[in-house]
Amino acid sequence: MACKKVGVPFNGTPEQEARLKKVISDLKDTKGALMPIMQQAQDIYGYLPIEVQTMISDETGIPLEKIYGVATFYAQFALQPKGKYQISVCLGTACYVKGSGAVYERLQKELGISGGECTPDGKFSLDSCRCVGACGLAPVMMINDEVYGRLKPDDIPGILAKYE
Amino acid sequence: MANINIKINGMEVSAPAGSTILEAARLANIEIPTLCFLKEINEIGACRICVVEVKGAKSLVASCVYPINEGMEVWTNSPKVLAARKKTLQLLLSNHNCSCLSCVRSGNCELQVLAKEMGIDDANFYAGEKTPSEIDDSAAHMIRDNSKCILCRRCVAVCEKTQGIGVIGANERGFATFIGSAFDMGLGETSCVSCGQCIAVCPTGALQEKSQIDEVLAAIADPKKHVIVQTAPAVRAGLGEEFGYPIGTNVEGKMAAALRRIGFDKVFDTDFGADLTIMEEANEFIERVQNGGVLPMITSCSPGWVKYCEHYFPDMTENLSSCKSPQQMFGAIAKSYYAEKEGLDPKDIVSVSIMPCTAKKFEIGRPDEDANGVPDMDYTLTTRELARMIKKVGIKFNTLPDEKFDEPLGISTGAGVIFGATGGVMEAALRTAVETLTGEELKHLDFTDVRGIQGIKEASYNVAGMEVKVAVASGLGNARELLNKVKSGEANYHFIEIMGCPGGCVNGGGQPQQPGYVRNTVDIRGLRAKVLYDADADMPIRKSHENPAIKELYATYLGKPGSEKAHHLLHTSYIKRKVNGN
Repeated sequence: MACKKVGVPFNGTPEQEARLKKVISDLKDTKGALMPIMQQAQDIYGYLPIEVQTMISDETGIPLEKIYGVATFYAQFALQPKGKYQISVCLGTACYVKGSGAVYERLQKELGISGGECTPDGKFSLDSCRCVGACGLAPVMMINDEVYGRLKPDDIPGILAKYE
Repeated sequence: MANINIKINGMEVSAPAGSTILEAARLANIEIPTLCFLKEINEIGACRICVVEVKGAKSLVASCVYPINEGMEVWTNSPKVLAARKKTLQLLLSNHNCSCLSCVRSGNCELQVLAKEMGIDDANFYAGEKTPSEIDDSAAHMIRDNSKCILCRRCVAVCEKTQGIGVIGANERGFATFIGSAFDMGLGETSCVSCGQCIAVCPTGALQEKSQIDEVLAAIADPKKHVIVQTAPAVRAGLGEEFGYPIGTNVEGKMAAALRRIGFDKVFDTDFGADLTIMEEANEFIERVQNGGVLPMITSCSPGWVKYCEHYFPDMTENLSSCKSPQQMFGAIAKSYYAEKEGLDPKDIVSVSIMPCTAKKFEIGRPDEDANGVPDMDYTLTTRELARMIKKVGIKFNTLPDEKFDEPLGISTGAGVIFGATGGVMEAALRTAVETLTGEELKHLDFTDVRGIQGIKEASYNVAGMEVKVAVASGLGNARELLNKVKSGEANYHFIEIMGCPGGCVNGGGQPQQPGYVRNTVDIRGLRAKVLYDADADMPIRKSHENPAIKELYATYLGKPGSEKAHHLLHTSYIKRKVNGN
């Protein structure tokens, strides 16, 4: 089985842990507390890795699997952190017909990660999105606030090199 | 409770208030098919196989969870209902690995039965993309093949609600949904206790035990190996179901005959190991009481319970009896006492057990279960695997004569046979402990307070001037409830029996699988337990310490219960584990 535990090393601080424990102790006797606990945990850590979900499980007594099931059901929860450089590739209609699928695939290959993941060094994270409002430049991707348009897959290595 | 009058398929039906349509229909001899529904365990109305038409309702309703009300008119077999069920089933089959010919459940798969009943004439009707899946064989005892999973969530419900564990659940969403563990870990990496209740309730071949039939048959075919077999008490109470006998039929004699015909060199009985366990456990209990040892002492026969204790109550592992389980005691004695007696090298003995249990497959690989420098046990098969093995080698089970177990490790008592039902270990231990403490013969051997299928039972007995308080729990959710009371000080006992499966071993995860509608309407565990209590009542000897083979074992080999040799061979140690970890 492919285990999703591996990825970017967890860098939680004691302050973050104390904040999470406070959230849990405030909420844990409330019915339906799991979702708000998870939302606040994601506010604290930015994502919900196994270390954070295990803390929630240990403190609340809710089985880890139940927490993971909720985390993978709702799109609002992220299992992977965002990278220093957040890449998002538009897979909206205009970009897609102009070949953004191949751009997205090339990025996955160059970075060695799938969509929704982050490189182990924490540098790049990759996501797809739907329309950034620059259809005239299709296919389009963004790296943080920078927009790149009229892309071809072969442009990717050169663009990534700028961020090394 | 007042009755409510409704009409089903035009017939007047009267059913108690609070009944569901499914229950009311049953009173009128109408069977509505179900798939995900398990009474009191999985009442989620998710699979839509049990839909019926209700006059005035805007869509079809799930009869398993829909309560009846006065004057309601229901149709269970209208063309609309039958078409909806068939479509639902076709959609399920469109994402199902229909490799029925090579599937372990072929012949008793609930999905296969429904496909036949609904008249599915083209299993590839909606052929197309299937949810990708991998086989999880990371656990010692079982395999999950999600290509055959229909997402009914029965396994999830029994793991979380009945057993209070919850290491499996639904991950992802929509078409990508699959049943698995947190972070897609293999089951073997989690705090799964190997109880196998998930397998017992699975309607399809998605879950099965890790089979070792072929390894056992290969050992039997090897002339250099002396292959012996032991059978747990509950196996004789369940095995017959695989051959068409009614639930609650004792097939001990035919089982012994079948094992002999399969080719085992000796056919022994775990009941002997159970009697031996009582000798050691009763002695350990008396010692703990007299010398201020850790109390309550808790039984350690059920490997699912033992692993649960290690994960969820690691601060109570000192309360666990240090006794090995009957299977492991038997194994250790077979490769020492029996080997010496027969002039065999323990390395040439292949020791096989037939168990109602899947956790036994985990137990044989535990540390400190190898008293003679070799593993105490080599292979353990479930009741279901034994049935498959009997069919595989072409034995006509139903026409076999009744035969007896071999001596000396096949000699046992009524105390040994009741080990397979909740309360049985406690009762067997009390018979021996009370006589040992008082020095007098018991007038009544039946400790009925600890019998029955209730999840938690309590009793107290006056033994030689001392008030002995005991409790019995079966099913790990009940065990947790009981132990939390002990930890909080709300309850206190001297001796507790815990079995991992609800009802005890008779309802173990390795027992024959009964379809949902049988599980929902028949007291399976009660009927199987009755087999064991009836057998006990018929036995000439009903106390472990009066078993002549046990007496001889102590007189000529072990010395006395708790002796150094007994400790080396028959006792073990435990591990403190984490809830989130293996």
